[in-house]
Amino acid sequence: MILFIIGLLSGLISGMGIGGGTVLIPALTLFVGMSQHNAQSINLIYFIPTAIAALVIHIRNKRIRKELLWFLIGGGVIGAVIGSFVAVSLDAVFLRRLFGVFLFYMGIKEIRKNKRKIKVNRE
Amino acid sequence: MKSCQKGESKYKKLMEEILLIKHKFKIILVGFITGLTNGLFGAGGGTIVVPAMERILKVEEHESHATAIAVILPLSIMSTFIYTRHQILDWKSIIYVAIGGVGGGILGAKLLCKISPQWLHKIFGLFMIAASIRMILG
Repeated sequence: MILFIIGLLSGLISGMGIGGGTVLIPALTLFVGMSQHNAQSINLIYFIPTAIAALVIHIRNKRIRKELLWFLIGGGVIGAVIGSFVAVSLDAVFLRRLFGVFLFYMGIKEIRKNKRKIKVNRE
Repeated sequence: MKSCQKGESKYKKLMEEILLIKHKFKIILVGFITGLTNGLFGAGGGTIVVPAMERILKVEEHESHATAIAVILPLSIMSTFIYTRHQILDWKSIIYVAIGGVGGGILGAKLLCKISPQWLHKIFGLFMIAASIRMILG
């Protein structure tokens, strides 16, 4: 049940395009006690049906910029292969700490983004 | 005189082509960094590609969110193959998380154009920082 709730909340956030994975992975390692590699692979697999569901709606609303898509995916696939091989070769605790550093940076950015947006709105 | 003008327009064309190639290279580089992050951390591709699209490629906010999902989907499939070749997966957990995820994904995409996610940014920013400290120290 806790897994279902974690999935639902993360899906809600990633469907809105904020980045559900940055919530799902810490939730799985901290609340369910999963290893970092397992949590990361769950997030990757979980993203596939979630993204397809969200994409159907985005395609209907014509929000996808197709002319950018192929170049982004082209560069992205090369990066994804390198990044994944590095990840599977790393020690789980080291990978979790590295993820923690990344998450900390993202969290700060997230809060700052909020401040900037409010400022713009007030102006 | 005429040939000089011709030369100038040729030069202009060349410059335009160089700029276009530079622009394409930028897009590919954004994709590469997105894939690298998404592969290494199994997440976070969106947090790279969305602001990059908005700032560098000048894409509108909602469009960049939607395009980001279309970009990260094939990257995640790629990374999934590499991850699953190296470990045994807990399929039961995946199914529970995925069922919840599909429901949440549909709801989130529908809500995207209706609510302003401003307060969400703050809540999740705080959650991320708290979780990151526990992950680094734990």
